[in-house]
This record gives sequence, structure tokens and C-alpha cells, in this order.
Amino acid sequence: MKSDQLLLEVKHLKTYFFLDEGTVRAIDGVDFDLWCGQTLGVVGESGCGKSVTARSILRIVPKPGRIVEGEITLHRKCDSNNDHLTEEVKLTKLDPMGATIRSIRGCEIALVPQEPMTSLSPVHTIGNQIMEAILLHQKVDKAEARAKAIEILDWVGFPQPKERVDCYPHQLSGGLRQRAVIAMALSCHPSLLIADEPTTALDVTTEAQILRLMRSLQQELGMAILYITHNLGVVAQMTEDVIVMYMGKVVEEANVDTIFHNPKHPYTQALLRSIPRLGQTTKEKRRLESIRGTVPDPYSIPEGCSFHPRCGKRIAGVCDQQEPPNIQVEPGHKVRCLLYAA
Amino acid sequence: MFGYILRRILIMIPTLFLISVISFIALQLPPGDYLTSYAAQLTTTGEYIDQEALDTLRERYGLGQPVYVQYGKWVYGIITRGDFGQSMEWQMPVKNLIGQALGLTVALAVFSLLISWLIAIPMGVYSATHQYSIPDYLMAVFSFLGVGVPAFLWALIIMYFAQTKLGLNVGGLFSQQYLSAPWSWGKVVDLLKHIWIPGLIVAIENTAGDFRTTRANLLDEVNKPYVELARAKGLSEGRLIWKYPVRVALNPFFSTVGWSLANRISSITLMSVVLSLQTTGPLQLRALTSQDMYLAGTILLLLSALTVVGTLVSDILLAWVDPRIRLEA
Amino acid sequence: MAVPGQTETDIEQNLVEEEDLQKAGEKVYVAPPWKLMWWRFRKHKMALVCSVLLIVLYFVAIFSEFVAPYDPDQALLQFKQAPPSGIHIRDAQGQFHLPFVYQGTRAMDPQTLQITFIEDSNIRYPIQLFVRGFEYNYLGMWKTDVHLFGLPPEARDKQGVFLLGTDRLGRDMFSRVSYGARLSLSMGMISVFLSLVLGVVLGGISGYYGGTADIIIQRVIEFIRTIPTIPLYMTLSAALPRDWPVERVYFGITMILALVGWTWMARVVRGRFLAMREEDFVLAARLNGSSEMRIILRHMVPSFLSYIIAALTLNIPNMILAETGLSFIGLGLRPPAISWGVLLQEAMNLRSLALSPWVLTPGFAVVISVLAFNFVGDGLRDAADPYAR
Repeated sequence: MKSDQLLLEVKHLKTYFFLDEGTVRAIDGVDFDLWCGQTLGVVGESGCGKSVTARSILRIVPKPGRIVEGEITLHRKCDSNNDHLTEEVKLTKLDPMGATIRSIRGCEIALVPQEPMTSLSPVHTIGNQIMEAILLHQKVDKAEARAKAIEILDWVGFPQPKERVDCYPHQLSGGLRQRAVIAMALSCHPSLLIADEPTTALDVTTEAQILRLMRSLQQELGMAILYITHNLGVVAQMTEDVIVMYMGKVVEEANVDTIFHNPKHPYTQALLRSIPRLGQTTKEKRRLESIRGTVPDPYSIPEGCSFHPRCGKRIAGVCDQQEPPNIQVEPGHKVRCLLYAA
Repeated sequence: MFGYILRRILIMIPTLFLISVISFIALQLPPGDYLTSYAAQLTTTGEYIDQEALDTLRERYGLGQPVYVQYGKWVYGIITRGDFGQSMEWQMPVKNLIGQALGLTVALAVFSLLISWLIAIPMGVYSATHQYSIPDYLMAVFSFLGVGVPAFLWALIIMYFAQTKLGLNVGGLFSQQYLSAPWSWGKVVDLLKHIWIPGLIVAIENTAGDFRTTRANLLDEVNKPYVELARAKGLSEGRLIWKYPVRVALNPFFSTVGWSLANRISSITLMSVVLSLQTTGPLQLRALTSQDMYLAGTILLLLSALTVVGTLVSDILLAWVDPRIRLEA
Repeated sequence: MAVPGQTETDIEQNLVEEEDLQKAGEKVYVAPPWKLMWWRFRKHKMALVCSVLLIVLYFVAIFSEFVAPYDPDQALLQFKQAPPSGIHIRDAQGQFHLPFVYQGTRAMDPQTLQITFIEDSNIRYPIQLFVRGFEYNYLGMWKTDVHLFGLPPEARDKQGVFLLGTDRLGRDMFSRVSYGARLSLSMGMISVFLSLVLGVVLGGISGYYGGTADIIIQRVIEFIRTIPTIPLYMTLSAALPRDWPVERVYFGITMILALVGWTWMARVVRGRFLAMREEDFVLAARLNGSSEMRIILRHMVPSFLSYIIAALTLNIPNMILAETGLSFIGLGLRPPAISWGVLLQEAMNLRSLALSPWVLTPGFAVVISVLAFNFVGDGLRDAADPYAR
């Protein structure tokens, strides 16, 4: 449940990748706020910059990428001893390998990545890996850490945690592995959980279980979740507020109901139209709707609005020249589109 | 696990048999035998040996018998008595001759293996994590030298410099007084004093390869999701590199111990000829040129056996180190 | 059915514009695979440089008689153990000329027994191109006596241009190394191609058909690889009779190298076949109804051809090193054949090595060729793999 306490502020974030072939502007001016306890969904196609946003927050953007502009401010709630803090930390100003950001990673902000298959080290037991997270951030000894690890595994619904804590990842199914990863992420009770497409690699039944688990854990812990996905169905289920990204920019932000029932940006509208629905009659339409055209080559982004070549509502002479500003169409609903410019 | 080892050992036996056959056949291929080349050698020095004497010797060594009989007797001797035949040139049992030589070959091979790992692995890790830096380029240059310059050439170069600039003779693994002496603590120390140059030479060749392998494997692993998640947990860069990707990248080393030893034995053979080391190299060369067949055959057989054992060791090591394989075995 | 955010006109417009896009047809240029490979290869400066180097080396190998100023077997005793000739372009008076050498006299330091050549800066011999020297038969077809470079006739018996010095018997090292290139480099190539034939056939059968053929071939490969290579080569080449002529020995050594070396190639080929059998594009071709032959030739072969070329190039140095090592200890090519390994036997003579260390130059020729092949092979391998960064 979204509270009225601000947790994370992202302002004008720009993360570029400097490659031999050119510069890829993976994130090109992203702003959003995250509140304590809020579930914010980040939606977009592959390559729109969703994952890079997560990595920028944690300051683990891989070379040759780096944050070139912008500010990320974390309002710290607690540290490893569970003492309450109220400091503001500018994550963008921290040394990416320094002690401060490392004390935040895994402790205040935790990551659940996409592929449980490859996110766990194949040569260490899951117990070892979870204990490592605990020992890094909490002042406990090994025995206590092990007990805590078993406790966490139990909490995420891991069957027979005491026996399986010494298992290797390859001995577990995809769903179990993902539970282990979630356990690892939650082991220090973070204020923010960044879930980067955590169920994409899982089958639908397992996906449903994991989603249910995450919702209940969130209620218990009161933590915020930044939920990154391209699956609109999951967004409808899980999130309270949504931001839609395209080519490194936020094109629309609103609460989840508004996004689904009153989308304003042509891209959001096109996305929603392309979902096949049960009971949909075809009549004249023989094909599934799709957004025509393809995502532009990252080295040659179109002039003006980056979506205009694929937009059915573009205004010639305007949309291909000017960059659309971020316009508030109603309270809590912003659109980056020239159609709504006054 | 035990069954896995047992199966591997059982496969070893027919392999060794086959090798013994091949070695023996290979030695029968040149025309004539030890006695013909011995006789030819004698005539070049002006001596003469008459046919009767030759025939007696031939009878004694069993050289007149058909091939399979000779082979059968040889193998029978190996299995029942551990007798590898008689060296005709040296006039003594083969096993007396090769014991020390084989031991030294193994010692040199293992020594160079340890040196290689000690140098190559940290170098490879550094190079992979600090790509395009100056030390990375220097290490790359070094690795090319190691790959391009064979061990025997290094031996020649070092011999040249040692001789002309330092007046040293770097040949041999022992000083004069320990050469034929029985093993003692003094002899071991003497060996250690002499072994490190040949050990380093053989190590260079392989260090370069090991370094490149470590670097390549690490570069593969270092971008994988589990490394990123470890970083996202808050682990420091140094700790996470050594705990996670390095561990996985090292697997190939364990699995190639056997092959690596075989490779080194090859390099040692050639280098030993240059430096006159008391390993199997010069011994085998001499045995081949004089067609001293039991000696030459046994050397080939035992060197191959070493490789087989080495492969077994590396399989066991790999199973011990990689839980994915251990649990399957 | 009302879909949020969409109007009737929008839908129609979408359908129409989609067809427009298809008709407009973005013009895309698709380069053939070999061109792509060439472009990727071009990025490797080192590989390009080494390719040129290899071309030069093979030129020397093919035209050794032309490149060598002296007969490699001719013992010019008055010049024995001469250091590499000093080539000058400026004389004692400071004037510039085309490259030349000075007249020199041989002297021996009485203490170290080192031989030195004292230059007489008054008499100059210019180095000329396309000079007439010793006669040779090119490919047994035509006689000529033109060489790439050398000294004018008046210098004969007085001085020589020995780019790499001379050995114990006064034989010009540069000429000997040039001739050595022919046997060393050709043997490398030929044995690799022979092993390629064996390797592709056996590896292909093994990888493509699998089953018992695969198991048998695998066992054979493992078995051969169990025996350490140099001792094995030594044993096999000792089987070649001592009295065989040079050509037969050459052929014999080449066969031995190939008979052991094919295992490496077979493994690479088998690996590629196994990987490709599972590839989706092969499945797609099969589902399309293509015959097996067509699948192999049209789909699989182009895919692994580039790997094979890279593997070949990377294996040539192994063959060169093997031949050099064998000949060096006397179990490979033998005199009067000239290969780099045979030439290195001279370096085993410690006295000769100490007095004239340039007898090691064949070794450096080996190193340069090996490194050049490695760089080019690396470049080819990177160019062949479309997924490498």
C-alpha cells in the first residue's frame, strides 16, 4: 500500500552506453518517484531501458555504460541493524564500488533478476549464497545466519528448508530457484525490492504462485516494489501505479486503472490493443493487432518524438520535429505527447 | 563416486594393452634390429664381429623369433615379474634404467604444472578484470612469446647466455658428484638446485596457454547473471570475482590436468636433449636410434601410462570440484 | 468490441499504412557471408599484418633460389662464422649512397677466440638488386642465375653480404634459412591438409551419424591422444629407414604428422556437427522437406566452413613445431635436406653456438611463422563467429 513517505526520487536520469559503433542512449531523461510501500510497474518493450533503470538505481550498470546525468535520491529508512534512519543519500554521487552503496545493495534495496537458472552460482549451495547476503549486512555469526536462512526459505514457501538448504541450484526446479532468489533478496528486509521480470522465465502456474508470494510478502513487510515487466497482465495483477517506457523515456505515468481504461499516449493505447482477449470476435479483423514498424535502431533514433514513425496519430511537421514535453493531463496522470500540448 | 572411479580404472587396462602393442609394432618397423645396427656401428669404427657371434647374440636376445612370440614374452614378463625386458645397449634390465629417468620426468612435469598455475591464474584474473590496461597488454605480449617459442628453443637461448655471459653450464639435473650416486638428502637438494631452470622453461610454454584460457573463461563468466546478482547483494568487487566466476572458470584446469601433463612431457623430451637432462628424452632418443627395442618400447608404454593415470586424476579432481558432475557420477 | 483508446478511423488507418510500409519496402542490403567475414577480419590489425607476413614467408619459400644470394650448401670457408654483415648507407666521409657493405678482413681475438671482422672503410661494394649469382634450376624447368639481391662480381671471394651471418663452415645463414622455409612451411601446410581430409571424413561421420561409428571413432581418437605426441612422433619416425632418399623421408614425416594430427581436427568437426544437428535452422530445413544432402551442403557446410578454416590455420603452427622439433633431434628430416629444424642441429654444437649465435636464426624464423599463423588464426576465428563481440 502506497504510503505518503517518499522512498526514491529519480530525476532526469540519463544512462548512456559508449560502444565502438556509437552511443546508445539507453535511458534518456527519466523521472519518477517511488513511495514507501508502493508497487510501481515499469512497462515497455525489450530494449526500452527498463532493466537499465534498475541497474542504474543499484549502480551496477555494466561497462561501457554509465550514468551521464541525473540524480537518484534514496531516503534511507533503516540500515543493517534495523535502526531507523532518515538520511537522504544521493545514489548517483556514490562511488559504485564504495562501501556506502554496497551497504545499501542487498540490504535496503534488493534485486530479484530475470533468470533463476543463471542467477545462482552453480558451484555453491543456496544456503551458502543466502547466508552470504545475511553475513554481509547483519552482525550475526555463521550459525545464526544459517538459522535465518532456513527461516527465510520457509517464509517464502520453500518446502523442507532445513534439508534443502544445502542443495545446489541445479538440483532445484525453476520455481524453487526463484523462491531461493527471492529469499536471498528479502533476507535483510529491504525497503525496496526491484523485481526485473522475475517470472518471465517461468511457466504460468509457477508464475502465478510467485506473484501471489510476492504480494503477500509485500503486505507483511511493507516494502515497496519496483516491478519491471513487459507483461501487461501481470501489471494489472500486481501494481498500483505504472510508468510506460519507450526508447529510454517515460511516455506515460498513471495509476493502473487509468492506464488500462483511459490510456492517453498512442503507444500505451497500441500496447493495450495488441493484447488478445478471450471472447474477442473477429468480424472484419483477421489479424492480431500489432504496433506496426519495429523498434528503431538504437544508433539512429528518430528526430522529434521517438515514437512518431510508428504512431497512427502523428501530426506531420510537428511530431517529427519537436520533442514532446511531459504534460499532466489530470492529477496523477502524465503523458509525453504533443497531442495534448495546449 | 566409487563406481565412477572403478569404471575409469577398468577402461585404463585395455588402453594400456593396446599401447603396448602399438609401441612394440612401431619398434619392429625399421628394417633390421638392434644387432644389425650394432654391427653396422662396429664396422664404422673399424671393428668387426663375425656372423657366429652375431647369431649367438641373436639367439640370446630372442631376436630371431617371430614378432608375436617376442611380444608375448615381453608382456608376460611385465605382468608377472614387472620385468620390462633387457636393454641390449646398456646390458641391464630396462626397469633399472628407467626408474630414475621416469621419476625425474614426472617430477619436472608436476613442478612445471604448479609453477604454471601459480603464475597463470592470478595473471589471467587480473587481465580479465582490467581489460585494455597496460599490464593487460604486457601480459598479452608475454603470452604470445610463450606460445610461439618452443621449450627447446628457450633452452638453447638460455644455454647460450649462460655459457657466454655467465660461464655457467646449465645442463643436467645433477652436479657431477651426485650423478650416479644413490638417493640421499644431498642429492635431493642438488636436484632442487638444478630443476628450477628446466622447470621454468617448460612452465613458460604452458603458462602462456593457461593464462589465455583463464582470461577467456573468466571473460565468459564475468558477465553472467549470477555475478551481477552477487554484486547487487553488496559484495565487494574483489571478493565476488574470486568467489564466483573464478571458481567456475577454473573448472577446465582440473579437467585438463591429464592432457596438460602429456603436453609437458612432450616439451620435456625435446628440452632434455638440449640440456642433457637425465629424463626419458635422451634415453628414448638413444634407444630409438640404436633400435634397443625393449627400452624404447617400455618408455613409450610408461609415458602413455602416465598420461592415462593423469587423465584419471583429472577426472576425479573435476568430480570433486564441480558439484554438477559429482552428483551425476 | 470496444477496445480502450481506439477509434474506427484509427483501425482502418493502421491497416492501410501497414500495407504502405510493406510496399515501400525498406531497402536493405544483405552482404554474403564471406564478405561479412572479411569485414570482421579486417578489424584485426594484427591479423592483417600477419597475413601479409605469411604471404612474404611463403613467397620466400616458393622462390627460395631467387631470394637467396648464395648457394646454401656452398662452404665459403674464408668467411666462416662471419657475423651478420653491416649494411651502411653512409660512408666514412658522411656521404649517402645506396646500401653497401665494406670490405672486411677476418681477425681472431687471441684470448676469447672470437672471430671479428674489421671493416676497411675505403672499399665499398654496393648491394644490387637482380644480381647474377649461382645458377639454379627453377622447378627443373628453366635455368637462370638471377637473384633478388647480392654483391657485384668484383666482390666475389673478397666480401659477401651475409644478412644473417655464416655458420661454422662458412655457409650463408640467410640463404639457408630461405631454403629451410620451403620444407618447413610446406610440410606444415600439407600435413594439416592431410589431417583435414581424415579429420573431416571421420569427424563428420562421427558427428553426423552418431551411434556405434561415433563410439568407435571416439575411442580411437582418445587412444591416440593418450600417447604423448613427441615420444610418439619419435617412435614412428625412427621406423623410417636411414637410407631413404630425402623425398621419401619428407613424405614419411608428413604422413606421420597427419596420422596423429587428424584427431584434433576430427574433434573440432565432430563438435560442430553435433552442435549443428541441434540447430533450429537444420530442423527448419528438414521440416521444409529438404533432402539430407541438401541440408549438409547448403546449410551445414557454410556454417562450419569458417570454423574449419580458422582451425586449420591454428593447427599449422603445431605441425611446424613438431617437424622442427623432430628434425632438430635427428629423427625428422635429415641432411642434405634443409629445413629449419635441420638447421637448428648446428646450434646444438655448443662451441658453434657460443662463437656464432646467429645459428639460432632458423629458430626465430619458426617463432615468427608460428606467431603469424596464431594471429591470423585468431583473427579468422573471431571473424567466423557471428556472436563474438
